[in-house]
Amino acid sequence: MSPGPVERGITRDGGRRIAAVEYRTKAVVMDAEAVDRALTRIAHEILEANKGCSEIALVGIVTRGAELAERLAERIERIEGVSVPVGKVDISFYRDDVATRLSPEVHRTDIPFDVEGRHIVLADDVLYTGRTIRAAMDAIMDYGRPHSIQLAVLVDRGHRELPIRADYVGKNVPTSRKERVKARFAGVDGTDSVEILEEAGAR
Amino acid sequence: MSPLSSRHIMTMDDLTPEDITTILDTAESFKEVNERRIKKLPTLRGRTIINLFLEPSTRTRMSFEIAAKRLSADGVNMTASASATVKGESLRDTAKTLSAMACDLIVVRHKYAGAPQVLAECMDAHVVNGGDGMNQHPTQALLDLFTIRQHVGRLEGLTVGIVGDICHSRVAGSLVPALLKVGAKPVIIAPPTLLPARPDVMGAEVATSLDAVLPELDIAYMLRIQMERAEGMPFPSIREYARFYGMNETRLASAKPEMLVMHPGPMNRGVEVSSAVADSPRAIVLDQVNAGVAVRMAVMYLLLGGESGGAAA
Repeated sequence: MSPGPVERGITRDGGRRIAAVEYRTKAVVMDAEAVDRALTRIAHEILEANKGCSEIALVGIVTRGAELAERLAERIERIEGVSVPVGKVDISFYRDDVATRLSPEVHRTDIPFDVEGRHIVLADDVLYTGRTIRAAMDAIMDYGRPHSIQLAVLVDRGHRELPIRADYVGKNVPTSRKERVKARFAGVDGTDSVEILEEAGAR
Repeated sequence: MSPLSSRHIMTMDDLTPEDITTILDTAESFKEVNERRIKKLPTLRGRTIINLFLEPSTRTRMSFEIAAKRLSADGVNMTASASATVKGESLRDTAKTLSAMACDLIVVRHKYAGAPQVLAECMDAHVVNGGDGMNQHPTQALLDLFTIRQHVGRLEGLTVGIVGDICHSRVAGSLVPALLKVGAKPVIIAPPTLLPARPDVMGAEVATSLDAVLPELDIAYMLRIQMERAEGMPFPSIREYARFYGMNETRLASAKPEMLVMHPGPMNRGVEVSSAVADSPRAIVLDQVNAGVAVRMAVMYLLLGGESGGAAA
């Protein structure tokens, strides 16, 4: 792995693009094995907290939250021998910053089961401000009235702007707001890892 | 930072092939919303959309109205009879008045071509053309593309026959360039009296016999015979038109087995489409209507979202 720039991003001020920025890896906080162990633990925790999986369903936030939900469902099936319904939700239309920022790509929301009365485990890769989670909860509520919504994340990086917390956390990673946290999943990125990225200097 | 290349959708010229793909892809997500029990999104809360319909319309106006409501925008309707235009106000003054009320998007239908451009000149709002005279009706073309893509799975390489009153049709005016932009092949089919003076400038193939080109068509798009626009009778009789240019079961049998029949509505049963064909599963007219709401939601979302609040240049 070369230490060169690995990721491009955009700094924004109130939704306006200011400059293109390159990011490079500062630290690898979880490797594939650590991700694997975290997924197994979270799966067990979900089963323990819900006393089995008869009433639960997983809903992932696209793209990487959906991947996390799939992986957790796989684990749960391996542990309990029962398959859990999995759905995915795109929050583009529920964002609180639609007026200033549009999602570059809108994906289909696909919740192929009745949410009414279920315990929904919402899954996302990185928990940051909590705004995405608020939007996802609103989206799920539009499908019915679940018995409860729980939150599972691979990484909690802090800096919450809303009163939201995760029920299941892979790893707590203290960060600065200037850094970025990048979770990678084999199904999307070819490898499982979590990295902290820092600005390589504005160009 | 709207993802579209234009602030307005007045003609198909405002949209690039990429814009068309963006709109159709976004509409897919809105179609899913329209199948939910709660068909409402908070996306455009606080935005004002005015439907300025200065020419009679029910389905287009309702489609735009429903689209605005499902996105939580505040929609206000203004029709010719209720507007100050009957008191002699010019379109320009109407535009300035509406602009002073700080609306964000205006959908306009007008009997004269170019009305949307007049509005865009003297308003800050985004303008969407809901049909201007005999010129264009771009959201109709977009929903037609969406419907075709849903049924066939692609647009590129398809041969689409547009049959009927090409000369007076704003639907054809938008559909022909739209099909060309996405790499499909439009064929305009009409008796010579219903073709424009220079059909070649449209860029479509031209045919005067439906039966001659029927076997090549993937889609037969039947236009309505517009009695209110045609001066005099451009053909000897309705019966003769139906016989030579109407879609009936005999013609359907001699077309490709997968050929689909479309119509922008309202249909004249027994004229451009026989009743049996209109009710057959190969007619996808209601899917077009269904797609209309999703496509118009996508247009509103893509035009109104992503503007940096007030700071936009």
